[in-house]
Amino acid sequence: MNDDAFVLAAYLVTAFAVMALVGFVFLDQRGRRRELAELEAMGIRRRSARRRDGEGTAP
Amino acid sequence: MSDGTLAITRLSGLANPTRFVALAGRMLPWLWGVTLALLAVGLFMALTAPDDYQQGSTVHIMYIHVPSAWLAMLCYTLMTASSIGTLVWRHPLADVAAKAAAPIGAVFTFTALVTGALWGRPTWGTYWVWDARLTSFLILFIMYLGLIALVRAIDDPSKSARVAAVLTVVGFINIPIIKFSVDWWNTLHQSSSVLTMQGSQIAPSLLWPLLVMALAFTMLFFTLHVVAMRTEIWRRRVTALRRQAARQAR
Repeated sequence: MNDDAFVLAAYLVTAFAVMALVGFVFLDQRGRRRELAELEAMGIRRRSARRRDGEGTAP
Repeated sequence: MSDGTLAITRLSGLANPTRFVALAGRMLPWLWGVTLALLAVGLFMALTAPDDYQQGSTVHIMYIHVPSAWLAMLCYTLMTASSIGTLVWRHPLADVAAKAAAPIGAVFTFTALVTGALWGRPTWGTYWVWDARLTSFLILFIMYLGLIALVRAIDDPSKSARVAAVLTVVGFINIPIIKFSVDWWNTLHQSSSVLTMQGSQIAPSLLWPLLVMALAFTMLFFTLHVVAMRTEIWRRRVTALRRQAARQAR
């Protein structure tokens, strides 16, 4: 293996690892965002969000 | 109210999880833009930088190895500061910050170890040697993996936060060992050449690409950390809402 092959291998490994990390972070984000949206669609919302929207307060 | 008190009040207001999520949403497009621009410029500078008179083209590995190693240690230092925030002030965002940083730090530690091995083979004649710098860095990688496993193994988030925070603070002893290992012991790994008392020992034509890549990696870390922190806040909200739904269903 010549020197350039070591340089190429180092850059490829780093690119793969960083892209895998970015992919993991984005997939995790998308999953949690979808779960929150599903819960809100079922009418399950945080108390602070309900108060902000005037739900459950006296007329 | 004095200016100092006002500034602290504003900062603690930003540390509220709801405000953090809103602020992250506004900041992330800009953070991604700056990160990608810096990575493009840094990679161009790194790949067009001259070869070293002794190491030849393998010196180009430095532009990813050194920033990865810096980020691995910076990330652990940030986790330690967050863990102190968890243990002393029980700040709601401190544990979120520490938990979100661990996988990012583990990946940078992994890339530092692998690129270091790939740089070592043509330079030293070996991929690995059990010297103080390499061994303490491997311990850092194992600590990251251990912390990730520990947090996932305990269901109660407040309990896992405290246990992980104690382990993180104790494990911080490894960071100065990594930094000064090349000065304290005879190692195959070279001693510091960028940050020294005599100034940088690297020629400007090699130093500038390194500094730009270090800045690009730092921005990548902070951007991914903000995304991961926001996701962690959402994860906790999902758990809380499911508990709330279960209580209402009873």
